[in-house]
Amino acid sequence: MVLEFKPQGIYCPAGDFFIDPWRPVDRALITHGHADHARPGHNRYLATAAAAPVMHHRLGEITLDTVDYGETRRIGGASVSFHPAGHVPGSAQIRVEVDGEVWVVSGDYKTDPDRLSEPFEPVRCHSFITECTFGLPVFTWAPEAEVAAQLNRWWADNAAQGRFSLLGAYSLGKAQRVLSLLDPEIGPILTHGAVENTNAVLRGQGLPLPDTIHVTPDTKAADHQGALVLAPPGALSTPWARRFRPASTGFASGWMRLRGVRRRRAVDRGFVMSDHADWDGLYAAIKATGAETIYATHGYTDIFARWLTEQGYDAHVVPTEFTGESLDDDASTEADAAS
Amino acid sequence: MKRFAALYATIDQTTKTTRKVEALAAYLSQAPEDDRLWTIALFSGRRPRRTITTTRLREWAAERAGIPLWLFEESYPIVGDLAETIALVLPEPTETHDDTLTTWITRLRALDAASEDDRKTAILDAWNRMDPLERLVFNKLLTGGFRVGISRKLMTRALAQATGQDEAQLAHRLMGDWTPENTTYHSLIEAEDKAAQLSRPYPFCLAYGLDEDTPDSLGDPADWHAEWKWDGIRGQLILRGAEHFVWSRGEELMTDRFPELARARDFLPDGTVIDGEIVAWEDPHPLPFNALQKRIGRKTVPKKLLKEAPVILLAYDLLEENGHDLRDLPFATRRARLDALLHDLPQDAPLRPSRLIPFKSWGDLAQTRATARDHRAEGLMLKRSDSPYHVGRKKGDWWKWKLDPLTIDAVMIYAQQGHGRRANLFTDFTFAVWSGNDLVPFTKAYSGLTDTEFRKITAWVRKNTLQRFGPVRQVRPEHVFEIAFEGIFESPRHKSGIALRFPRMARWRHDKPVQEANSLDDLHALLSQYG
Repeated sequence: MVLEFKPQGIYCPAGDFFIDPWRPVDRALITHGHADHARPGHNRYLATAAAAPVMHHRLGEITLDTVDYGETRRIGGASVSFHPAGHVPGSAQIRVEVDGEVWVVSGDYKTDPDRLSEPFEPVRCHSFITECTFGLPVFTWAPEAEVAAQLNRWWADNAAQGRFSLLGAYSLGKAQRVLSLLDPEIGPILTHGAVENTNAVLRGQGLPLPDTIHVTPDTKAADHQGALVLAPPGALSTPWARRFRPASTGFASGWMRLRGVRRRRAVDRGFVMSDHADWDGLYAAIKATGAETIYATHGYTDIFARWLTEQGYDAHVVPTEFTGESLDDDASTEADAAS
Repeated sequence: MKRFAALYATIDQTTKTTRKVEALAAYLSQAPEDDRLWTIALFSGRRPRRTITTTRLREWAAERAGIPLWLFEESYPIVGDLAETIALVLPEPTETHDDTLTTWITRLRALDAASEDDRKTAILDAWNRMDPLERLVFNKLLTGGFRVGISRKLMTRALAQATGQDEAQLAHRLMGDWTPENTTYHSLIEAEDKAAQLSRPYPFCLAYGLDEDTPDSLGDPADWHAEWKWDGIRGQLILRGAEHFVWSRGEELMTDRFPELARARDFLPDGTVIDGEIVAWEDPHPLPFNALQKRIGRKTVPKKLLKEAPVILLAYDLLEENGHDLRDLPFATRRARLDALLHDLPQDAPLRPSRLIPFKSWGDLAQTRATARDHRAEGLMLKRSDSPYHVGRKKGDWWKWKLDPLTIDAVMIYAQQGHGRRANLFTDFTFAVWSGNDLVPFTKAYSGLTDTEFRKITAWVRKNTLQRFGPVRQVRPEHVFEIAFEGIFESPRHKSGIALRFPRMARWRHDKPVQEANSLDDLHALLSQYG
């Protein structure tokens, strides 16, 4: 086996390293900076140069070596390379080749392009370890331009009626993607600290984001009529958000495809927007790898694997500690919010 | 249909009541009259009769989506709503339409007589013409359960805004078992229709629950009346035009289900409306609710049941006397007139006043309340002496002061995901008590936990599933919950031999180890005491 599934995470015996391990190990290859993939406590990290700033921001002083996309590294008996996953800026799929056999670990991925992430590239392999966060046929995403139009129309309507637009989006990835879609002509864009910290990191590496105003304890809502306020989802129901009244609330997430989830969140508007592949995207990505063996790591794994089996794949479910696009706020968001 | 779907979206896209009412009022003043009528019907719990089984709808939707049926079935509990699941899996439409809500409903009704093939063709065609939002609304018409976050009260308020009519009068007009097929917008909302008025019940006056141990906050006890809160079916008995009508609180006409009440005509004059509780009766007490339960849902009642569980109406209030609406009179006056009216009835009459409970102080009354179970009552009702008979639920004048529920500590053994707003959360649980070293399931419960607790238990269930049976997961028996309930009955249909009334989770007993949960013997002790 090129890769094995160990209690610490996905392991490569030929190179003696782990990919996105969830327990501390000596050498960890990291697909991207989200908290369920890039955890603290490893001796050595390897990630793409584009993922490095966020990892330093989130994990502090770590021993981090970087590679460029497509660059091959030799680690022990394994050849390793990183390829764009289209999930968030800097995110990668990791290709591992040992004695001519190729495995790819997808990490999290999204097949449709957006304006910030390096676009997803299919990588041919024998075995593909895939996420399937949204691996059900009810999850299909509208084109990004359509969501952008919905967002801007909602914002403009609210502004016209004297309401703030209070939008929840995860602070790494989703928030910046939302920013890239907003029409700054409509009004000012205000950001919560957790979002603004990540903005600063990504601006620092040259990503184009519109101007934003960081909300501080001194910020007066009255000075920013008609603003769109971007915050981690958890912040919407805290006293922090209460100064922006009256407001219409929104949440940008793939889960907003489900009405029940949106109602449980008690937000006015749900914008269906995910950093993960939808049902069609997952299947297209799997087909494009040419792999015969598929391991489903997180999401609706049982159902997805059963369906892949019916399509003629050798499909397996592998329990991991990845969470994908969590319905609840991920721990990193909370941690950022405190800083 | 587009207009109605847009209304649905607007209501669905705000959590603010005023905005929902505004949108609905605008719709009700602009839409075609037929569509208005259907909208009023849908938002007051009336829906078109189901013409197509959900089994067929699932099959057709899966086929159209190009997915195996099992995959559709697996997706459904995750979405938590059948109409929505269908709308989400269908491919984009290739055609359009410009038909009204009423046109589509009429078309659906016509399918009643159509062959299976024609039905399928019609439904697939409809799906292929509608945008995703219209499909969701259309599917809800097909599957029933049209709940959209507008209560009947809000709908009535919107209608009042749209028509300029008085809200209470409209609420009264909307009572009864009308459907858009047997009336028109004009005759329901605008016209004076004598025949319809004959059987029309008044909107029920409802009470909020009182949480306190003593109702000191209600002020001087002399301003209040108290009576038992019976556990039966709240109902209205109407005697008009030499006929009688029995309505349930759910506005179901139940005249034929309770033939005993026909004899009320022998004793009471025409033009009388009485609010009361229908209970199965065995002098001097009501029978437990499950005796009455056997009669609910039966359109005709076999003789044996009439004998085993004869019903009477325990009268609470007099709403109409000699054809005059008394609802604005003070409760004390209405009640005195009720007593006078029922004063001379013979012992075997099918109705009697629910007796008032005299009391001097709240402390007195608290002691009486503690004996409610001995009287087969759920607790007490408190009514302000000078209160009118309100429309619906209004805080302040009427209170229900129920007994504390019975409780038992039980172990969670199965979990299932909820529906709708609670889809993707584990909210439906089965609980067990000890019988020796075995855990015997005895009840399910769905409510009582906070959203945060549901999220916590959901995460736990995901990590502690022992076995799956379809959507049901057997979990590690590790968590103890205090189950509260209102009554306990013998039930040969259940493995444990008992059934509970209104079970819910009162508390998550983090402090209790599984071994210390209650036993089947404890349950049987409760059964012999309260059953």
